[in-house]
Amino acid sequence: QKELTSKKRDEFEDILEERRLSSDLRYAMKCYSPVIYKGLSPCKPSAIKSAVLQSEQVQYVIKQLAKELGESPDIIQEEAMEILDEMGHSMQLGAVRFFAFTLSKIFKQLFQRVCVNEEGMQRLQHAIQEHPVVLLPSHRSYVDFLMLSYLLYTYDLALPVIAAGIFLGMKIVGELLRRAGAFFMRRSFGGNRLYWAVFAEYVKTMLRSGYAPIEFFLEGTRSRTAKTLTPKFGLLSIVMEPFFKREVFDTYLVPISISYERILEESLYAYELLGVPKPKESTSGLLKARRILSDNFGTIHIYVGQPVSLRTLASGRINRCPYNLVPRHLPQKPSEDIQEFVSDVAYKMELLQIENMVLSPWVLVAAVLLQNLPAVEFELLIEKTLWLKGLTQTFGGFIEWPDNLCAKKAVLSGLTLHSNIARLVDGHVVLNDKGAEEGAIGEMVFKRALSILMCATYRNQLLNVFVRPSLVAVALQMTHSFRKEEVYSCFTFLRDVFVDEFIFFPGISLKDFEEGCFLLTKCDAIQMSQQEIYPTDKGNVTVSFLSAMFRPFVEGYQLIFRYLSKEIKEAFTEKQFIPGVRNFVFQLLEKGTTQCYEALSSDMQKNALAALVQLGAVMKKKMSNGFTYSVNQEAVSKILDVFDARMPVQKPVAARL
Amino acid sequence: RQELLKWNGWGYNDSKFIFNKKGQAEFTGKRYRLGGMVLPTFKEWIEKTFGASLEHKTTSRASLNVNDVPPSIVNEEFLQDLRATKISYSQDAEDRVFRAHGHCLHEIFVLREGMFKRIPDIVVWPVCHEDVVKIVELACKHNLCIIPFGGGTSVSSALECPEEEKRTIVSLDTSQMNRILWIDEKNLTACVEAGIVGQDLEKQLAESGFCTGHEPDSMEFSSLGGWVATRASGMKKNIYGNIEDLVIHIKMVTPRGIVEKNCQVPRMSTGPDIHHFIMGSEGTLGVVTEVTIKIRPVPEYQKYGSVVFPNFERGVACLREVAKQRCAPASIRLVDNAQFQFGHALKPQVASIFTSFLDGLKKFYITKFKGFDPNILCVATLLFEGDREKVLQHEKQVYDIATKFGGLAAGEDNGQRGYMLTFVIAYLRDLGLDYYVIGESFETSVPWDRVLDLCRNVKERIVRECKEKGVQFAPLSTCRVTQTYDAGACVYFYFAFNYRGISDPIHVYEQIERAAREEILANGGSLSHHHGVGKLRKRWMKESISDVGLGMLRSVKEYVDPNNIFGNKNLL
Repeated sequence: QKELTSKKRDEFEDILEERRLSSDLRYAMKCYSPVIYKGLSPCKPSAIKSAVLQSEQVQYVIKQLAKELGESPDIIQEEAMEILDEMGHSMQLGAVRFFAFTLSKIFKQLFQRVCVNEEGMQRLQHAIQEHPVVLLPSHRSYVDFLMLSYLLYTYDLALPVIAAGIFLGMKIVGELLRRAGAFFMRRSFGGNRLYWAVFAEYVKTMLRSGYAPIEFFLEGTRSRTAKTLTPKFGLLSIVMEPFFKREVFDTYLVPISISYERILEESLYAYELLGVPKPKESTSGLLKARRILSDNFGTIHIYVGQPVSLRTLASGRINRCPYNLVPRHLPQKPSEDIQEFVSDVAYKMELLQIENMVLSPWVLVAAVLLQNLPAVEFELLIEKTLWLKGLTQTFGGFIEWPDNLCAKKAVLSGLTLHSNIARLVDGHVVLNDKGAEEGAIGEMVFKRALSILMCATYRNQLLNVFVRPSLVAVALQMTHSFRKEEVYSCFTFLRDVFVDEFIFFPGISLKDFEEGCFLLTKCDAIQMSQQEIYPTDKGNVTVSFLSAMFRPFVEGYQLIFRYLSKEIKEAFTEKQFIPGVRNFVFQLLEKGTTQCYEALSSDMQKNALAALVQLGAVMKKKMSNGFTYSVNQEAVSKILDVFDARMPVQKPVAARL
Repeated sequence: RQELLKWNGWGYNDSKFIFNKKGQAEFTGKRYRLGGMVLPTFKEWIEKTFGASLEHKTTSRASLNVNDVPPSIVNEEFLQDLRATKISYSQDAEDRVFRAHGHCLHEIFVLREGMFKRIPDIVVWPVCHEDVVKIVELACKHNLCIIPFGGGTSVSSALECPEEEKRTIVSLDTSQMNRILWIDEKNLTACVEAGIVGQDLEKQLAESGFCTGHEPDSMEFSSLGGWVATRASGMKKNIYGNIEDLVIHIKMVTPRGIVEKNCQVPRMSTGPDIHHFIMGSEGTLGVVTEVTIKIRPVPEYQKYGSVVFPNFERGVACLREVAKQRCAPASIRLVDNAQFQFGHALKPQVASIFTSFLDGLKKFYITKFKGFDPNILCVATLLFEGDREKVLQHEKQVYDIATKFGGLAAGEDNGQRGYMLTFVIAYLRDLGLDYYVIGESFETSVPWDRVLDLCRNVKERIVRECKEKGVQFAPLSTCRVTQTYDAGACVYFYFAFNYRGISDPIHVYEQIERAAREEILANGGSLSHHHGVGKLRKRWMKESISDVGLGMLRSVKEYVDPNNIFGNKNLL
C-alpha cells in the first residue's frame, strides 16, 4: 500500500505579492523571452494555418468529401479555411502585454493571494524545452485559463495555446483572447468530418512543431459542483496520437490543480443546477459581472504537477505497432487497446489533479455544516472541523491551513469570506437562506436548495479524497453485515452506481476497496480479519460521519431512480427528464417527505441517468433529434431494492478477496 | 587464410588503428588507402565524443588460451567414415574457436576476455558439391549437428553454437569451395562455388572483364553462400540489384537431398519461388554449394561525388526525390552530422600547404558564405558507374536535384573517403575496445515518410537509454540513409559508448540495443534489411511475420530437416 500522508508536496509562493509592490505597467512591458522546445523551428500563426490546410490529413478528407458530395474540392477547401479562421489563434505579444496589465489589476482586486508551487514551474520549464507539453488544468471557473496564461507569463514561460469551447459569441473579448493564444472549438462537431479533421490537424501540428504548450480541460467544461467531472477523451486522444505514430519522441502531460477558496461563479452555478437558465456568455454579460469586482474571493492555489511522460505511460502497454500498416495521414479509428489506454491516462491525470488539489479550511467547515443543518453550535463546529482536518490528512487530502492559525480564526475567516452562504447567529452557525422563512413554500424550498447547493460546492471538493473509505463505510451500513465478501459486493455495486459521480480508475474495484479499507484501518475506524470487517468502538463516529457525507448521493440517487421506476412509462429525452425529475423531487421536498435538497441538482440527475445507462437499466437510443431513453422497469426496481437493503447485492466474483 | 586474419577482432592482422609514439592516431598496413597515414584530429575526436582517454586502456589476451577451450567430442565411428571420404578436417582448438563466432560485440568481447560455452567439435573442409553431399549424409547417419561457415562475418549471433546442443557439432567451412565453375558470356551468368569470398570473386571475374557488382561492406571477407543464406544487400544495388535480383540458380544440399531447379531462366511461374525459401534461411535448411549469378561487363568509368546539405531533413528530402525520379547513382548515401564529423576526424594529414589552404577555403565557403551550420549540416556521398558520357550526364541530373534541396557539391575526394570509411570503420571497434569504448552497427528498412521520425527517435532512444542505464558519458548515436528504394530506404545506425564505471558493459549494451530495436519496430521499421535475424533478433520474428508466417517457415524446416541436422537455431 502506498503511503498517502507522507507524500512530499512543494511549497507555495504568492505571485500577487510582487505585483502589489511594483508597477504593473513595467511588469506588462517586461522583457519576455520564454524558453522554447529544443526542436522548434519558429513560425508564425499564419504559417501554421497554411501548413494545416496543406497537410495530407486535411487534403485527404477534403478530397474524400468532394467525391462523396460531388462538389469541387475548392469549395470544401474554402470551407476548411473558414473553419480554421474561426478557430485559429493569432498570438501577439501586444495582446499578451495588454492582458498582463489588466489581469494584474483585476486579480489584485478579486483575490487576496495567488499561490503557486515554484518547483512545479521549474519542472515545467525543463519539460517545455525537452518535449512537446500538454497542460491539463482542472476546470472550476473561467478564471482558470486566464490565470494559467498569466502565470506562465509571470514565470517567463511560453504561453500556451488553449483549446476552448467557449466565447465564440463574444466578439471583442474573443478576439483579444485569440491574440493571447486561445483557439476555439465548437462545442459539438461529432458529425462534421471536415471540422474534426481540421481541428485535429491544427492541434497536432502545433504539438509536433513544439510551437507552444497546448492546454485544454480534461473535464470538458467547468464543473458546476466543484467535483471533478469524468474526463472527455477526444482532445486527449488527439494530442496523444503524434506519439503513437512516433511523430514525436515523447509528450509530457502536466496535471495542474487550481483551487479557489471562493469560486467566482458560485451562485451562477447553483442557479444553473436548479434549472434557472444561465446568462449567455456575451461581452455585455461580462461587463455586468463587473460588480463582483468589489467582492473578495480569497486565495487561489495552483499546483503544477510533475510532468508525466507519455512514453513511460505507454511502455509495456502499447508496444504493438497499430499504425505501421496504414499511411499515417489516413484518419483511423483508434484500436480498442489505444482507446482503453487513452481512457486510463485521462483518469490517471484527473486523479493526479485531485491528489494535488488544495483544500481550504472552509471546505471542512462546509462538510461539517451540511451534516448539522439547520444550525450548529459554533464551538462544536470548530471542534468537528479540527477533527475532520486530521481525518482528511490521513486520507491524503492536501490541506493548506494558514500557518499557526488557530482553528477558531480559520473558521471565522471562512465564514467572513462566505458570508453569503453561512453566518454566525447567537453562537450558532446557520445557512444564510434569508427569506426562506417567509413567502410561499415553493419559494422557501428553492432558496434553501440554493444555499445548500452552494455550500455543497465546497464540501464536494473533499469527496474524491474520501470516496473510497466512505463507500466502504456506506457499504458496511447498507449490508448490516461484517462479512468482507458482502461488504465488497456492496462496495462494488456502489462504485458502479456512482461511476459518473466520482472519479474511479477504470476496472480496479478491488484495489479501490482495499485502499478504502486500508485508510479506515489507518484512522482506527475499522478492524479487519481474514473474513470480516467491523467498526471499532470509537470508529463508529468516523464510519457514521463518512457515510453521512455521502448520504445526499445515496438518497438522491434513490429518489431519481424511484422517479424513473414509478413516474415514467414511455421513452423520454434528457430535456424531458430533467424538469420531470426536478418537479418530482420538488414536490417531495414541499411535502417534507425528504430532506435531500441535492437531488434537485441537474448534475446529479444526469449522472444518475448515465449510471443507469451503463448498468443496462436504461436504454439510450440515438434519434435524429438527439438521444432518447427508455426504462427497463424491472432492472431499475432491482437496483432500488439493493438500496433499500431488501435484496443482497448480486455477488460479483469475490473470490479474489 | 585464417593466418592472415585477426583471431579476436575484425579483418587482417596487419591492418589496425593504433596511437603512435607521438600520441597521434595511425592506420597500419598497406591494404587500404588510409594505410600508413597519420590522422591528426582523430584523437581529439575520440576524446571529445566518448570522454575516452589514452590513459585508460584495457588489453585483450595476446593469444588464445588452449586450456580454456571446451574439448572436442566426436565419436570414433564418424571419424572413421569421415576419413574414408578423404575430406580434410581438424579438431584443433584454434580452428574450432575461430568458427564459433561471428562479429557481434559480445562475441568479440568473449574472445578478448572469456570463452564460449559451446564451440564446434570438429571443422571440415569440403572442396566441392559432392563432398558436401557426403558430409550431410554422414551427419544424418550419425545424427550430428552441422553449422555451415562461410566468411564468418555474421552480426546476428548466427554462428554461435547453441549451448544446449548435445550432439557433435560439425562446422562445415565452405572456404575451399571457391572456384568459378564456368562463365556464360552469352547470357551473362557465371556458376560459382558458394565458398568464394566477395573480393576474390570480383578479382577473378575481372580477369575476364566481368563483375557481379555485389559489394556488401564485408565483401573482403564474406562469401557468396553467406550472401544467399542471409539475403545480403550490396552497396551498388541500384545498378546490380540485391542478392535476390542477382541469383539465377541455387544448388543446396539438405538432409532430404539436393534442391535445385531444372533450368536457368530469368523468371518462372511455378508456384512460390523455392529460391526464397533458401535465401535468408540462415543455415537452417542446408548448405548452399553452387550459385549461378548474373554478371556484367566491368564498367568503363567510375566517379565519386559528394553533396553538403544544410540539414538532415533536406538531405532526406533530396534522396527521396532522387528515388522518385529513379535516377539514383550506383550508390547514394546520406550521413548525419555526427557521422560527418566522424568522417572528418579520420581525415589524414594533408601533404601540402596548398591542399590545406584549399580545404580551409572550402570550409569557409560552406560555413560562412553559404551559412551552413557545421554542427547541423550533413553530407551525401555518391558513386556513379557506367560509360563516361552517361556518368557525366547522370551526375549532372543528380546534382541538379540536390541543388533544389539546398545541396552544394563538395567534391570527389569527400565522396571517396566516405566509401573507404565503411571498410575501415569495422577496424575501429577494435581500437575502441582497447579504450573502454564499445559499439556496434545495426540497420533497418523503413518507408520514406517515416525515415526522419525513425532516425530521430532511435537516436534519442539510445541517448536516453544510456543515461538510464548509468552510462556516464554521452554515447555516439548516429545514422546514415544508406540505400534508397522506390518505397523506402535502408537506414544504418552506429552506436558506441564509453563504458568506464559500468560493471557489466555487455549486458548494458545489449539492453540498449534491444531498446533501439523496439524503437525501430514501433516507428514502422523492419527487423532487418540485410543483416538477418540469427539468434540475436529471433524474439521479434513472430511480431514481424505473424504466427501463420512463422508456421509456414517452420513447416518447411520440418519437411526439409526433420532431425534438425542443421541445428544452429537461427531464425525460427
